[in-house]
Amino acid sequence: MKQHQPPAWAQRFVEWYCKPGLVEDLTGDLHECFERNVATIGPRRAKLVYIIDAFKFFRSYTVRKSLFAHLFMNRTMIGSYVKTSGRNILRNKLFSFINILGLAISMSVGLLLIAFLLDLRTYDRFHENGGRIQRVTSIFSSNNEQGGKFATASIKTARLIREKVAGIEAVTTIKNDFSGDAKVGGNELPIKGYWAEPSLFRVFTFPMLQGDPATALKAPYSIVLTESAATKLFGDQTALGKAIEVDSMVYQVTGVMKDVPFFSHLRFEALVSLSTAEQMQNSDPGFGAWTNIWPYSVYLLPSKNADMAAIRTQLDALAKEENLADKNTRIQLELLPLFDIVVGESLRQSEGGPGFTGPHLSPTVLWILGALALIVILSACFNYTNLSIARAMRRVKEIGLRKAIGAGKNEVRLQFLAEAVMISMAALLLSFLLFLALRPLLINMAPEMQRMVKLDLSPAMVLAFIVFSVIVGVVAGFLPAVFFSKVSAINAFGNVSPVKTFRHLTLRRALVVIQYTVTLIFITTTAIGYVQYKNILAFDLGFNTTNILNINMLDNKPDAMLQALGEMPEVTGVSRSLITTGVGNAWGGNMKYRDSRDSQLVLTNHVDENYLPLHDYKLVAGGNFVARPASAEAVSEVIVNQQVVKRFHIAGNDPQKAIGEQITLNGRKMTIVGVMQDFHYGKVDNLIGPVAFTPWTPEDRTILSAKIHGADMPAAVAKIEAAWRQTDRIHPFTAEFYDEEIEQAYSEFSTMIKIIGFLSFLAISIASMGLFGMVVFTTETRLREIGIRKVMGAGAGNLIFLLSRGFLSLLSISAFIALPATYLFFNLFVLPNFPYHTPVQFTELFSGLLVVLFIAFVMIGSQTLKAARSNPVAVLKRE
Amino acid sequence: MKGTNLGEFEELVLLTVAALLKEAYSVAICDELASHTGRSVKLGVVHAVLNRLEEKGLVTSELGEATKARGGKRKRYYELTMPGKAALINARAMRDQLWAKIPSLAWKNG
Repeated sequence: MKQHQPPAWAQRFVEWYCKPGLVEDLTGDLHECFERNVATIGPRRAKLVYIIDAFKFFRSYTVRKSLFAHLFMNRTMIGSYVKTSGRNILRNKLFSFINILGLAISMSVGLLLIAFLLDLRTYDRFHENGGRIQRVTSIFSSNNEQGGKFATASIKTARLIREKVAGIEAVTTIKNDFSGDAKVGGNELPIKGYWAEPSLFRVFTFPMLQGDPATALKAPYSIVLTESAATKLFGDQTALGKAIEVDSMVYQVTGVMKDVPFFSHLRFEALVSLSTAEQMQNSDPGFGAWTNIWPYSVYLLPSKNADMAAIRTQLDALAKEENLADKNTRIQLELLPLFDIVVGESLRQSEGGPGFTGPHLSPTVLWILGALALIVILSACFNYTNLSIARAMRRVKEIGLRKAIGAGKNEVRLQFLAEAVMISMAALLLSFLLFLALRPLLINMAPEMQRMVKLDLSPAMVLAFIVFSVIVGVVAGFLPAVFFSKVSAINAFGNVSPVKTFRHLTLRRALVVIQYTVTLIFITTTAIGYVQYKNILAFDLGFNTTNILNINMLDNKPDAMLQALGEMPEVTGVSRSLITTGVGNAWGGNMKYRDSRDSQLVLTNHVDENYLPLHDYKLVAGGNFVARPASAEAVSEVIVNQQVVKRFHIAGNDPQKAIGEQITLNGRKMTIVGVMQDFHYGKVDNLIGPVAFTPWTPEDRTILSAKIHGADMPAAVAKIEAAWRQTDRIHPFTAEFYDEEIEQAYSEFSTMIKIIGFLSFLAISIASMGLFGMVVFTTETRLREIGIRKVMGAGAGNLIFLLSRGFLSLLSISAFIALPATYLFFNLFVLPNFPYHTPVQFTELFSGLLVVLFIAFVMIGSQTLKAARSNPVAVLKRE
Repeated sequence: MKGTNLGEFEELVLLTVAALLKEAYSVAICDELASHTGRSVKLGVVHAVLNRLEEKGLVTSELGEATKARGGKRKRYYELTMPGKAALINARAMRDQLWAKIPSLAWKNG
């Protein structure tokens, strides 16, 4: 039989800490138990028990006093490290300054990222059962076409889960689109919220201040207000039991709840009983249909210890059964944990649209941001490593002395780590100030950001900052620590061996090359992105957008406004339309030509007869609308684009002959009266597809487009706003210039460019500081050589070439790596997503290189010039 | 207040030391305690208590013979001191007094 031995290291551990008098007794006990355990529970678990017990014996009475003294000694050693590090930092002011500033700048990015991540992590954590709550999501496909994944699910899904699925404590459905103007007495204010069921309060934790959460959302026409909505509407009066009129419906206030916390993916001012919506839409068969998943969110609270796999199988079975009813559509149900809603898979309808329920960020974006921040931070760490090793020559004697008087490798290593951590701690103070300064900039960069994060300080955040700075210090100091710990006392006092320093020279060179490669990639990416962005904004959409102010009429009839605009001399033309195109909005319908089985989705807009001339749409054939239909029923004319003619082969693809042809749009027969030249209906990253314009009817919501002529645009807008006040006192004036709307449509893009641009600015500054430090160092160490060369007759130009040659060759290596890499990256991965991009130009690629080279050259040049001008007599006399 | 009072577990350990006579060493005490009380007794806790009892002067200890089963390590045997015995007797007397004070009536109503 094999003799099992207890783990030797654990035994040694006990022998190390234990009082000598107790060692034999304790280890003996452990051994006895071990042998017994081997027999009863097997050798592996016996070893584990041995280890656990070895640690358990670590108590105040077993530990020898000298060990405590030793640990205490180490603490005083740390004190001495701090002292010597402090002296070193002060002695080398320039290097410390470069390091602290560089680290501080890069760490501020890290701090922002940490704060950002911590904020995202706090989302929805206030729900008591948050860890259990699941959202039901749907994968929707129709006609065997793979549909999208939606964050929503139908009301019927919720009902079926309630009836059939076991292991569920509560189910709640939210309809996401309650909004209107709430009227209380003479007070009228817009209000937004959800239609919800009483079970909402069982699934989620939203504390009720007045009213009964169990019944408040039961009866139709009940409304629960948040505290601030209640104050907004009722002032100091109690809201409970009062009536509110919203869009000519009267609701009873049945509850007042605490305001929804900021970090909640559900955000609302009011909850209206879902039974109200049921009553209102009684006649609509689609309301409770299995396939109507669009405006509803369904949440589950599984019972404690529920078997999630079993719930999933039940959901699958349920969906399978329901899908039998409709051949064309198929819905698959999935579960999404509550905590993965804000940062998690991008689902459709989870942002914007009627299904909108709060902020969302895809984890890919976080990974990219994290990677970029890491690169910038590492770059600053490289500076530290580089400069510390460069100074090696001057410190080798110091270390040799330390070693000669008895310091071990460990002590030297700790000394250097302590120094790096001290530097990073000093940098933390500075970067915290930067963090405070940058925070408002980051939050205000995009409206989405304001809605998503606060970046307020919390104890956890401060702790994370400190831990982060220690980690940065250790990373920065790791290589110098290893390097210096290897210095031997004997070498140190002899002449420094050139072999050794040469090896680290290559390391330093590699670090410089990496740093500059990264910087160049950053810079060229920014340049390319910016040029592409500008091209998109200046892109010829196929129609004119300059000086056109789009006024959203909300629910108002446009007539009064139309008249007011007509009387203003600044306004040269006005038109009405259903939506604004070119900014990502879309409206669509099914079009058929002669073959009734061949239908195609076409994008549509409803426009009046002034719309085409106002926006300079070019007609290839035919003319503008003639009739002015009063209702959707009466619409008989359609203007299509060339794509439609091509798609349906109307009249042999001849636009001229297509005029007068009949098509069917959404089941209504219409005559083509005009063919427009193709234009960009969607954003520039979409291909041009078939588009049809039909006449605007008074039933449609309206965007009024006013063409403004005149020198003083703001005055004109103010005048229009005053006119709006006359017609609508409740709603704020929402109007925007077409060009600005387009700019906003690409705000994600510009935000990304801003972030990368900022990071590339940081990368340049950090790399420049590092290079500066290196140049100062090199010129200082080569001052004697320069002196001798000068005496021998070398000119300033010669010397500058001599000194900068090394750096310039490093920079060119970086350029050789960075430029092709960026070029390929854009051509292979980024630009293919934009069908209408412009190719990457050499100017964009090389402008970045030129900037970096220029900065580097100024630094190298100024320092080398200073060295070259130095008086050789003064330098050489020092010997 | 060292030495003035016995904790519940201390008392148990002390009793076990007394009961095991010449065989009272940590592992044996541990086993004995476990079998009598039915709870799982951790070796580390017993050690700590024995150490405390020794500090209080209620037990003395002595290293015994080396045995093979313990990897060649000797056992530490514990023995009650006079104060230890006194402490046990005291504890028992105190309990007996309290027991005597409970009127038999009290049990019937329970």
